[in-house]
Amino acid sequence: MSYVRPAFRHPESKTNAEGFTRQDYEGALSTLCAGCGHDSVSSGIVDACFELGVWPHRVAKISGIGCSSKTPTYFLGKSHGFNSVHGRMPSVATGANMANGEMAYIGISGDGDSASIGLGQFGHVARRNLNMVYIVENNGCYGLTKGQDSATTDVGSKSKKGDPNPFEAIDLCAMALQLGATFVARSFSGDKEQLVPLIKAAMTHNGFAFIDVISPCVTFNNTPASSKGYEFVRDHIEATGKMDFVPVRSEITANYEPGFTKEITLHYGSVIHLYKDDKLDCTDRGSAMRAIQEHNDKGRILTGLLYVDPDSKDFHKVQQTVKQPLRDLDEEDLCPGARALNAINGSLR
Amino acid sequence: MKPTNIKDPEYFHKVVDCQYACPAHTPVPEYIRLIASQRYTDAYMVNWESNVFPGVLGRTCDRPCEPACRRGRVEEEPVAICRLKRVAADNKEDVTGLLPAAGKSNGKKIALVGAGPASLTVARDLAPLGYELHIYDENAHGGGFMRSQIPSFRLPEEVLDEEVGYITDNGNVTTHYKQRVDSLKSLLGKDYDAVFVGSGAPRGRDLPGLPGRDEGAESIHIGIDWLASVAFEHRSKVGKKVIVLGGGNTAMDCCRTARRIGGADVKVIVRSPFADMKASPWEKDDAVAEDIPIIDNHVPLEFVIEEGKLVGMRFDRVKAEYDDKGKRSLISTGEEPAFYPCDEVLVAIGQENSFPWIERDIDIEFDKWDLPRLDAATFQSTNPKVFFGGDAAFGPENIITAVAQAHQAAISIDLFCRGEKLDSRPAPNVNLVSQKMGIHEWSYDNAVCDDQRYLVPHAEKSAALKDRKLEVELGFSTETGFEEAQRCLNCDVQTVFTDNLCIECDACVDICPTECINFIENGAEADLRGRLRMPANNSEQDLYVSGKLPTGRIMAKDENVCLHCGLCAERCPTSAWDMQKFLYQVSKASLIPGLPE
Repeated sequence: MSYVRPAFRHPESKTNAEGFTRQDYEGALSTLCAGCGHDSVSSGIVDACFELGVWPHRVAKISGIGCSSKTPTYFLGKSHGFNSVHGRMPSVATGANMANGEMAYIGISGDGDSASIGLGQFGHVARRNLNMVYIVENNGCYGLTKGQDSATTDVGSKSKKGDPNPFEAIDLCAMALQLGATFVARSFSGDKEQLVPLIKAAMTHNGFAFIDVISPCVTFNNTPASSKGYEFVRDHIEATGKMDFVPVRSEITANYEPGFTKEITLHYGSVIHLYKDDKLDCTDRGSAMRAIQEHNDKGRILTGLLYVDPDSKDFHKVQQTVKQPLRDLDEEDLCPGARALNAINGSLR
Repeated sequence: MKPTNIKDPEYFHKVVDCQYACPAHTPVPEYIRLIASQRYTDAYMVNWESNVFPGVLGRTCDRPCEPACRRGRVEEEPVAICRLKRVAADNKEDVTGLLPAAGKSNGKKIALVGAGPASLTVARDLAPLGYELHIYDENAHGGGFMRSQIPSFRLPEEVLDEEVGYITDNGNVTTHYKQRVDSLKSLLGKDYDAVFVGSGAPRGRDLPGLPGRDEGAESIHIGIDWLASVAFEHRSKVGKKVIVLGGGNTAMDCCRTARRIGGADVKVIVRSPFADMKASPWEKDDAVAEDIPIIDNHVPLEFVIEEGKLVGMRFDRVKAEYDDKGKRSLISTGEEPAFYPCDEVLVAIGQENSFPWIERDIDIEFDKWDLPRLDAATFQSTNPKVFFGGDAAFGPENIITAVAQAHQAAISIDLFCRGEKLDSRPAPNVNLVSQKMGIHEWSYDNAVCDDQRYLVPHAEKSAALKDRKLEVELGFSTETGFEEAQRCLNCDVQTVFTDNLCIECDACVDICPTECINFIENGAEADLRGRLRMPANNSEQDLYVSGKLPTGRIMAKDENVCLHCGLCAERCPTSAWDMQKFLYQVSKASLIPGLPE
């Protein structure tokens, strides 16, 4: 009997541009239920960080409470982490980001953590445009407390218990758009081809990057009548135009497939290539909101990149706070002395 | 690609790399697990059923299984399979009660020529069926070249005697030792229902044209004959300076034997580059460890004779060049020939078949190399009553190949004697059974151990060189044997995929440590291999492909470096993956007890 991940990896495993292997981005072995969508999201984050070549020690993972919030243990084992109070991940992330704006912040939350107890925190971190990736692993139920309906469960959806949910669902993507998030996407844990480029783009975005990932709960909410089960999602999913993420350091030499129509350059020079999609202009907030509503009306789930503002100004920029880590500020920076004070006073006379 | 047909036993057989590479297809992981659970007798019997000489092979096998071992593709060294086999043999209890009894007479008589591994295997397989088996051999004891050519410091006589005895002690087996068969015609004239020729490849190659060969004859010996004369104690010493010609295992046995009976300055001199030598790497290592230099790229020019006495040899120095097809030619460097002084030369440059005792008018056809024309599957010659096996069949190979061929010859002889068609060969015995015991619980040890290959202790060199019969390799202790057994990846515990259970949640893909598993659009094999998460570059290893899944994709698993850790099945919410133990046994002429319940 053993439940230990072997140390061996594929002998032909590659290293990335920074010299790290994929294994360097793995975490502990998951203790979630077998088949949980959250493990696929963790694996998608590992893939994205490996492919981007981020330095593990330059990333902080922050979470609240719930099955989803356990997952930071299962990826980026060499990064920083903070498992905070239920629904309070945004506050901790905000504090950390204010203290050190040079790190990459990945917030992991769930539908309970973000749409119920943490709804207020979610709203404010979105409108402040804090520079972070905010992933909600959305399974439409409270898995950790045995599968009660959550605030994102669709009306009429039935979990394993069998009673249809009577309440309206909160659409976190629509909320994020309304509250001013500058990068909004929706994806599905069962579609890593879409999810991994989205995570990479989100990590490169300068501002609040929100991804709502439908991530089925195999134990309590994977019934045929649940709108967040593998089968239902696969039957009702629709994707916005196909997207490629081209990191800044790669030379653009590829011939793009016909139909490639749009290129969005992100803050640090990375590029998102979008393929033809008539319905949606994903640099137009209104277009994104309409597309979500239209698909919702038809009973379809719209996934992919919904909105991005390439000119986003993050919280530091808006607040004119120092992005440099506070721990690096020395006495001279913090106490510039009598001459500086006189200069300020002089300017006010 | 079409979905993989896992009902074909050869598919999963091929996944068990060691067993597939073994000529006799011994179920290696099965007996390694038994060793790990200290069931040495059971482990021995699993071997005995398959390869007949576990104690001998645990010391002397050519080990085609080890280069094939999956562990060698995952880390540096394969599992020490051969040495584990010896652990089973060394620690077993008395097995005589487990051996098959002599069958009730069926009235048929078979003659077997030669008492080597091939004939003994045929005898073992046929004795339980009631055949009367008569083994002829010119020597006083059975074993063939296992006795005459393999030195006692590698294979103690007691080990050989014991395993030969398990067969010859059977009531249906009669040995006719010290009886050389000089005429197959007269043997056929006796009332045998069939004859099996297992007489080996008894003629050592010589260098007849080389200058000085005849004048120095007294000090120049054919390697295999010389080894036999030492083994049978007709010879007990050798000159101080000895040159051994050749780069195979016989050359290694010759030089090491010479070191033990008086050779102080023993050299191996070989035509080919060191890396191309035919000897097993470990045998080369053992020779070098006994202060025997191996001088490569030297082609013999002449035996140097002074005053009628051999004083040394002269060699042309060469270098190997390879053409586009990899064919090697040895090109003289043009340097001055090298001279090496010596008192005696042992010529160990290969051996070949020789059948002066088979008349050419008894319906046995010979080919242009003067080898009997045989059916490659049945081992029957053009005279339907005469069967061949071992080195006598298709030229020199090794013990395990002789055993494998003899199993087939025994089946043929039985079919022939029963008047049945020889091409209706029995299918292998196979079994596939789930190992799931509960959550996180499998009935095999699925943890993958990180240990490096364990080294086997050797006898003190000074003592070993003084005593020709002192075994050099001491074998693993039971403790080390357990540790080494834990390195086995259990490749026979198969990852079995049931496509209509899969919900494509990706849990298996995410957990697989070696990234073997893919859910992907189908395509032709070459295309599919290139598109996997980790491209499947080892074309010798198959892709396991499922039928179409609900999303239209397929599951494709590269078998190459699967660790059989069971995590895919562990993380599968619907048991679409299951770990199932696959047992594959080559059918024998008779049912031999082997597998424990």
